[in-house]
Amino acid sequence: MNDARGWLLHLGLLAALVLAWFVLPAYHTGNLARILVLAVYAAGFNVVFGYTGLLSLGHALFFAAGLYGLGLSIQHVGLGVLPAFGVALGVSALIAAMTGYLALRTRGVAFMIVTLMFAQTGYLTVLYAGRWTRGDEGFVIARSARTLFGLDLADERIRYFAALVLFAIVFLSLAAIVSSGFGRALVAIRENEERARLLGYDVQRIKWLAVILSGTVSGAAGAAYALLFGYAGATFASVQYSILPLLWVLLGGAGTTIGPLIGTVFMFYLVDFASEITDAYLLLVGLALICLTLFLPRGIAGELRRRALPWLP
Amino acid sequence: MEFGPHLVLALLEGSITAAVLALTAAGLALVFGILRVVNVAHGEFFMLGAVLAWFVSTTLADTFGAGPAVGFVAALIIAPLATALVAILADRLVLRRIGYDPERTIVATIGLLYVLQQATLMSFGPEARPVEAPFNTRIALPWPERVNGEWVLGYPWGFGTTSYKLFVIGAAVVVLIGLWLLLRHTTLGLIMRATEQDRDMARAFGIPVTRVYALVFGLGAALAALGAVLVVPIQQAHYLMGGDPLLLSFIVVIIGGLGSVGGTVVAAVLIGLTDGVVSVFFSATLAKIIATLLVAMVLVFRPQGLFGRALSR
Amino acid sequence: MSRRHPSSPENGLAPAATPDAAPLLPQRRTVLKALGASAATGAGLTAGAGTLAGLSGHVQAQSAEPIRIGFQVHRTGIGAAYGRWYDRTTTAAVARINAMGGIGGRPVEIVAEDDGTDPKRGAEVIEKFVRRHECDVAFGTLFSHVVIGSAPRAGELKLPYFVVSEGHHVASGMLNRYTLQPGITDVRSQVQAMAPWVAGNLGKKVTMLYADFAFGHDHRDYFSEAVAAQGGEVIAKIAIPPTETAFTKYFPKIPRDTEVIYHVMVGPSVLTFVKEMGEFFGPSAPPIFGFIDSLEAVDIASPGLAFLEGTYFWEGYPRYAQPGVNAFDAAYREAVGVDDNGASVTDGNDVSTYAHMFGCWETLNIIKAGMEAADYRGPADRAKLIEAVEAMEDMPHSLDHPQGAKRFNGRTHQTFGHQHISKVADGRLELVHTTSIEDTLYPDEVDYTTRSF
Repeated sequence: MNDARGWLLHLGLLAALVLAWFVLPAYHTGNLARILVLAVYAAGFNVVFGYTGLLSLGHALFFAAGLYGLGLSIQHVGLGVLPAFGVALGVSALIAAMTGYLALRTRGVAFMIVTLMFAQTGYLTVLYAGRWTRGDEGFVIARSARTLFGLDLADERIRYFAALVLFAIVFLSLAAIVSSGFGRALVAIRENEERARLLGYDVQRIKWLAVILSGTVSGAAGAAYALLFGYAGATFASVQYSILPLLWVLLGGAGTTIGPLIGTVFMFYLVDFASEITDAYLLLVGLALICLTLFLPRGIAGELRRRALPWLP
Repeated sequence: MEFGPHLVLALLEGSITAAVLALTAAGLALVFGILRVVNVAHGEFFMLGAVLAWFVSTTLADTFGAGPAVGFVAALIIAPLATALVAILADRLVLRRIGYDPERTIVATIGLLYVLQQATLMSFGPEARPVEAPFNTRIALPWPERVNGEWVLGYPWGFGTTSYKLFVIGAAVVVLIGLWLLLRHTTLGLIMRATEQDRDMARAFGIPVTRVYALVFGLGAALAALGAVLVVPIQQAHYLMGGDPLLLSFIVVIIGGLGSVGGTVVAAVLIGLTDGVVSVFFSATLAKIIATLLVAMVLVFRPQGLFGRALSR
Repeated sequence: MSRRHPSSPENGLAPAATPDAAPLLPQRRTVLKALGASAATGAGLTAGAGTLAGLSGHVQAQSAEPIRIGFQVHRTGIGAAYGRWYDRTTTAAVARINAMGGIGGRPVEIVAEDDGTDPKRGAEVIEKFVRRHECDVAFGTLFSHVVIGSAPRAGELKLPYFVVSEGHHVASGMLNRYTLQPGITDVRSQVQAMAPWVAGNLGKKVTMLYADFAFGHDHRDYFSEAVAAQGGEVIAKIAIPPTETAFTKYFPKIPRDTEVIYHVMVGPSVLTFVKEMGEFFGPSAPPIFGFIDSLEAVDIASPGLAFLEGTYFWEGYPRYAQPGVNAFDAAYREAVGVDDNGASVTDGNDVSTYAHMFGCWETLNIIKAGMEAADYRGPADRAKLIEAVEAMEDMPHSLDHPQGAKRFNGRTHQTFGHQHISKVADGRLELVHTTSIEDTLYPDEVDYTTRSF
């Protein structure tokens, strides 16, 4: 990041998250641990959607790849946490590379459907391989298996900071990437693909790399989710989990670095708050989404950037 | 069951799926082709049609002692109209205000999806409720069998269909022909096609584009609702029943080729029949995996779909 | 405010910082703890009845602090139809408990949260029960994937988690010492108990049609094993995706020499499944044995189901009142608002999930018995509560356990009870056979009592 303000914002946000542990009540820090992992997923999606302008409806495939990559490695192969995490990253990257290569032969709505189809295939395969994955029911990863360097990852404080560390790494890395040449190329492709091609960029290859990056980050989120919360199930590979990051990113601000976190926090507490008021909380969520897209179309961070803070990365 | 009758039965069942799918997807194709937006709530219009059909036929039965046939005919008229009104309202209130922007429409229609689902849950309830068919008799189908060296017509065990199912296929064909006539041979159809081809040019010719959009959106919803009314005596009305039709409709529309209602119908037939046939040979989940991958591959190698022109978007 | 049920006489808000509310983990925010606790119990914008009552100086009707039971209910999502009846049964059970003086003199308050029949949300709801609502225990979950997704968190938060799920997951050892299923039998025992009767009365060559997910796989695996032990054989296993809506294409796979059809389907399309099965067979159907899951919340007299006449069903709890069989059934039906046909007394078309919902009633009574046996005062006694329940064994047939006598296995945290078989006759279900509890037992797969708290 070239802009000092950008660095200040990012580091400040991370510092605030560290402080949050000591200041917020247990309920909110418990939620935040979950939110941070999901925000990593949203950030991964943001690479492909927010920065490259590709609407993928199949990111649940990558999240699940990470989830099961780690889960199955620990459960059936008996790997330790770090090697299992490595497997998860490797599997997600590989799947992203393969499906991305095929899907990128299409554009626009066809791309949407192809990615959706690949994700559906993943979901159905998880169900089909029920002998190992336990299908929709899923399986529990024992607490004893979820330790890293002797630290119990199920402990509240350790879990929170593990999630925060992962988020920080992803957050800062992506911030650096999007302000690098590669990141600017992504934006160029998003804005006008033809022009980017005419300027000499290998558009297909760049898009493919974006998909791999996006898929790997999403996979990391999936692996972290299984690791920190001890459960892997087919639900996480379903269509719903492809739509959620899209929602989070759109609400928070696509194409901004803080957007994914804002969107995830916002959606989580919107559902939480609405379910306190009424049984029909999804109605409130639906209305909120409609209002948001009517009045804040660029998402919260996006509007902020447009109206007040143009330097927002 | 022997292979022959099994295949024929599968094709027959596939035809019913295809018939209903063709109607639903035709509605989506119109919206896609003319408004160029992704309506994620399209499946909910389908669901509304089924729920309203239940409501109409039950009210008529309870209040006026009307038989299932009367209730069904009333539902056939009222449900699509009412659904169209809901759609037009959504268009007026939301879609028009966001200028039919593709991304914002996705978020808005996701919000609409939640609103419609939850509203239905609150009023209709969580259970699946049946609607009685206007008529329904089992028809055993004959099959040539070799008995004592001679060919005779036998009635294999379980090989049959029902009169209502055949009716559904017929009704869908009639409606689709009506749609085709509307598009090809009426002024309204001409206006719709003109708006689809070139919105600005159409406006220049004095076509009230926004009104056409509202009409098309309503018509699209009505078609989906009509498909649902036809199928609800076979299935039940349930507040979550919109998910599958949404997914399938999208696939069919993209495979058929954006903006080609004819292509959509052909794709619906293909997909409906394939689904039935593949299940003859493979277990259901495996069949679904194969079907899903097939769809993806068709699009990867022919992104414009089977009948679409190679569009730049 | 979350659904504080009207059945609890005490609607007041818990005092902002009670000793019972102390988190069980190392304290780190002493200065802001009071602030945090009050923020957790009366969050700024939420205008719940409880908060307002507290603020307006509502005088507490009883001086006793209520027992808060977190009810993890499927209000939305695929389990919503069951959730509704679980809700009603829970309300009725709590009303009765409170009318009898509550638990140890303290009134019971139900705090309900919708889990959307989703495992991620389920785990978040467990978090809420502990951190925000300060519940003593959690209970009520049905769908297995939600149970399995939530149990780890319940275990970490040391929250007793009483599930009403029918799944074999508790007894399989997959979960933890805090998760128990004392109020409803599990699928393995149900299926196993059916095999002798089916093989002996209907036929030995069975074709199974089951929902293609974990619950259905349990049926497939355990029944195959059990029927083989009876000298029978499953000649075809037809798995149907639970989201399927058109079933006719599966029936041709049924082999011609099938002696018995065994079906168990779940989900909104069950009626279609049964109807299309009837349409497929026409007049020449083999004997059929199904699990009432295929027809829960569906009226047996629905159009198109006439072919079920003469077929048999497993029923966890016979839906139609059987005269002279169950002395406590009438009182139970009256309490939960169900008529003799198993439908709601206010709407005869609203058929209940009678074979499953009794689990909520019985589980709440067990929670009461356990708390009283453990002299439960607050969250510090949760482990004692678990131990008290683990020590339970025989639960006689009573209004506390209207479905029948139970035998609880404290080591596997799973209860065992009588299973019933009914026949469809004149559009009703008539009980024809009741198994003994012994018929349903199987060897222990785990001993949770050896695990630490």
